[in-house]
Amino acid sequence: MDNIRRTLLKGAGSTGALAAAMAAGVLKPGQALATEWNKAAFESKDLASAMKGVGAATAADSKDLVLKAPEIAENGAVVPIDVTSNISNTTSISIFVDKNPQPLSAHFDFANGGVPEVSVRLKMGQTSMVKIVAKADGKFYSAQREVKVTAGGCGG
Amino acid sequence: MADPMKIRAQMKGDVCDIKVLMSHPMETGLRKDTAGNAIPIHFIRTFSVAINGKIVVDGQSGPSVSRNPVFGFKAKGAKAGDKVTVKWIDSKGESRTDEATVG
Repeated sequence: MDNIRRTLLKGAGSTGALAAAMAAGVLKPGQALATEWNKAAFESKDLASAMKGVGAATAADSKDLVLKAPEIAENGAVVPIDVTSNISNTTSISIFVDKNPQPLSAHFDFANGGVPEVSVRLKMGQTSMVKIVAKADGKFYSAQREVKVTAGGCGG
Repeated sequence: MADPMKIRAQMKGDVCDIKVLMSHPMETGLRKDTAGNAIPIHFIRTFSVAINGKIVVDGQSGPSVSRNPVFGFKAKGAKAGDKVTVKWIDSKGESRTDEATVG
C-alpha cells in the first residue's frame, strides 16, 4: 500500500516538474534588455538559415578577421575560440558551428569603445567547420576553420 | 539564485581587458540524466558588459556555449577605478548582475 502511494507521489512530482519546465521554456518573460534574443537565428537548424537570421545571407572571406581555434579539440564540451576583427567599424561578431544541432553559438554587438575581440568556449558535438561572421559598415565578412573533435560535447 | 560571476577587469595599456566567468549549467536540452529522462533546456540567452553604465558589449548566446561560460572582452576609453557591470538573463527568465572595478 505504502509502496503504491510512494510511486504515485513520485510520478506526480516528476510530471509537475516537467510542466513547470515546459511553461518556463514556452513563456517568454518580457525582460527589458538592449538586445532581444534572436530566437529565429539561434533556433535555425542549418548554417545558411542561421546566417540569414543574423542578416548575413552573403559574407565575403576576409583576412582581417582572425579566428583562433584548436586544430584538434580533445574535449568537445570546452572548445576555446578567439575572434579578432581588424576590420574598421566592426559592430558585431557571430560565431557558428556548422555541424551543431543549432549552428549559431554566440553573437556579440559592440558599442561605446567595446573592441571587436572576444574569447569564448563552445560545445561541439563533432568535427566541424567553425565560422565567424563580422559586420562592418553594413557589410558582412567571414572566416572559418575546421576543428576536429575527438570526444563530443553535446549528447550524454 | 545562481552563484556570483567572477569578473576581472585590468588595464593593459589603453585597453581594458575584461574576463567574466558566469556560473550556469547551460543545459542543451539534449542530455539525459542517469534515469534516462531528458534534462530540460536551460541556458543564458543574453548578457551585457557595461563600463560606468555604458554598454560596451551586448551578447546573445545559444545552448552550445560551454557550461559555466567564460568570456573575454576588450574595451577602449576605460581607466582604473571605472565600474564594470555584467548582467545575464537565461531561458527561464532568471538573471544575475555583478560588478567589479577596473584595476
